[in-house]
Amino acid sequence: MAERKIAKANILKIMSKNKVNIIHSRFVPLNMENVDTDQIIPARFLKGTTRDGFGKNLFRDWRYENDDEKKPNSNFVLNQPQYDGNILVAGKNFGCGSSREHAAWAILDYGFTAVVSSFFADIFKNNALNNAVLPVIVTDAFLQKIFAQCSDATLTINLPQQTITIDSTNESEPFEISSYKKECLLNGYDDIDYLLSIKNDIELFEKS
Amino acid sequence: MVQTLFDKIWNKHVVKTIEDGPSVLYIDKHLIHEVTSPQAFAGIEKRGLKIFRPKQIVATADHNVPTINQHLPIKEDLGRIQVETLIKNCAENVIELYGLGHPYQGIVHVIGPELGITQPGMTIVCGDSHTSTHGAFGAIAFGIGTSEVEMVFATQCLLQTKPKQMRINVNGALKNGVLSKDIVLYILSKITASGATGFAVEYAGSTIRNLSMEARMTVCNMSIEMGARCGLIAPDETTFQYVKGKIFAPKEEAWITALSDWKKLYSDEDAKFDEEINIDTADITPMITYGTNPGMGLGINESIPSEKSLAEQEKPAFLKALNYMGLNEGDTVLGQKIDYVFIGSCTNSRIEDLRLVANFVKGKQKAAEVEVWIVPGSKQVEQQAIAEGIDKIFEAAGFQLRQPGCSACLGMNEDKIPAGKYCISTSNRNFEGRQGAGARTLLASPLTAAAAAITGVVTDIRELV
Repeated sequence: MAERKIAKANILKIMSKNKVNIIHSRFVPLNMENVDTDQIIPARFLKGTTRDGFGKNLFRDWRYENDDEKKPNSNFVLNQPQYDGNILVAGKNFGCGSSREHAAWAILDYGFTAVVSSFFADIFKNNALNNAVLPVIVTDAFLQKIFAQCSDATLTINLPQQTITIDSTNESEPFEISSYKKECLLNGYDDIDYLLSIKNDIELFEKS
Repeated sequence: MVQTLFDKIWNKHVVKTIEDGPSVLYIDKHLIHEVTSPQAFAGIEKRGLKIFRPKQIVATADHNVPTINQHLPIKEDLGRIQVETLIKNCAENVIELYGLGHPYQGIVHVIGPELGITQPGMTIVCGDSHTSTHGAFGAIAFGIGTSEVEMVFATQCLLQTKPKQMRINVNGALKNGVLSKDIVLYILSKITASGATGFAVEYAGSTIRNLSMEARMTVCNMSIEMGARCGLIAPDETTFQYVKGKIFAPKEEAWITALSDWKKLYSDEDAKFDEEINIDTADITPMITYGTNPGMGLGINESIPSEKSLAEQEKPAFLKALNYMGLNEGDTVLGQKIDYVFIGSCTNSRIEDLRLVANFVKGKQKAAEVEVWIVPGSKQVEQQAIAEGIDKIFEAAGFQLRQPGCSACLGMNEDKIPAGKYCISTSNRNFEGRQGAGARTLLASPLTAAAAAITGVVTDIRELV
């Protein structure tokens, strides 16, 4: 499957500070626990010196047989035409392992703007937030409900209200995000903007 | 106020705290390497900023470098460009670089401690998840993403939410043939690969106290495999003796001042932890993993669990793992034929690891069909091994002593395990494809790996020592 068209648009947006507000989309279900960042983007594809172009190797070794782009693995969700959308839904402990931010870049470059799981690994969660990919933490029960939906179901992730809704059943759940990070995502700020604004405090701290 | 070791270091480094948000944490040392830094340098340039505190940064080339013929240009184009980009970025920004050919070059988590850059009480970050290694010195050390590397470049600070705290107490004497790697693989097998997510983990207890610094680093190194933000151990005489005299360790007056500060770094007697786990070493045997995350480990004589014993949502990953590994539920891994042995990585590539292996293999020969790669963690480890004649022992055993780097731990360079082959590895991750597409990794201690090198199959080291 070709990368979704949205990918390029997203990369441009992040350059000019991406904002997140309400995401309404179908979703791709990856019903697997402990998906590590080596699966999301294998180490041999980390040789870039820019943030672009990692989407084509997203889940490379699960997506293709024998590392051959001409042989998509039909059992893998990204290759199943019935699934589509800007939301990836995965089992608990998503993004564990290596700190490679390339995992978040690959997910964004492929066209996902949110990842839903019952549990994210720490470093991945920060990397996602720093790239305006919204990690949405739901209860295990709600996650199972999402996995039980049919392939054309849609989700609505409402960042201002901090809710995620299965549109067909109208079942909804609140999700947690720090008010600082929420503010950043809604306005397209990043941590460097904030840290630079308190540089005097940092210099004073160094002298103390 | 009663404080944990973590609290004491954290509180000393908080510049300010945002209301209902993260804290601004000051970073003492920033270690960088070729793979996760180029985009951060580019980001700084794009924003028109300068590196705020270049003297607090140390760089090395490790992830991508070849482990043979390091004096020749890197053959593979993209890897070479990354290493060259690091050289250029460090030169332009006046950052100390221990690149290929430098006597201090090596795996970033091996050189920090051995050069005395890593010291108790510090905050240390690196764009690499195994930065948790440095916590063995009583430091808050954790891996970060490239955007965060850029933040530290720009301001020497990070926005961090204070993690919860866990203490893992390990008590008792280690049985014969059991190493610190077995301790941490055992903990992982009990609490799983997500068991410490969101926690800073302090390791304590008599067993930890009796470990060498190298062995403590192995334990802290794999904290990230439990999902922990960091792992740390209170510094003590063992720590001070290790740091003393190291190239960048404080000297004379500065040493005396530092030492008196470091001696205050421990969890107060009544300090409260959000979670506490007790481990008795009587339960720990040599360990081996059977699956595709480091929590999927067994005592060397134990059997792989059955699908029936698992919760419903755990089954897909479990079955996928066994299929990938070519192993069956209910089997033992003992006796599994091995194709490759990799002794190296930031987990187990220090001089103590190489000495242990050399001591065991002296006078023995590797199994004919097994390929054995010993990859020292640094130039200093390599030179020390040569000075002690360890290289000769390996040569006589048919082991290849290669040059320093991350090597087959993550297979970014040419050191890849072929698809379908079994590798017993002293590294930290057995993820699918970690050591090469289709490679099957069994994580173990250096002694268990060495035993397999000699017999050609997964072996209980206790039968050979």
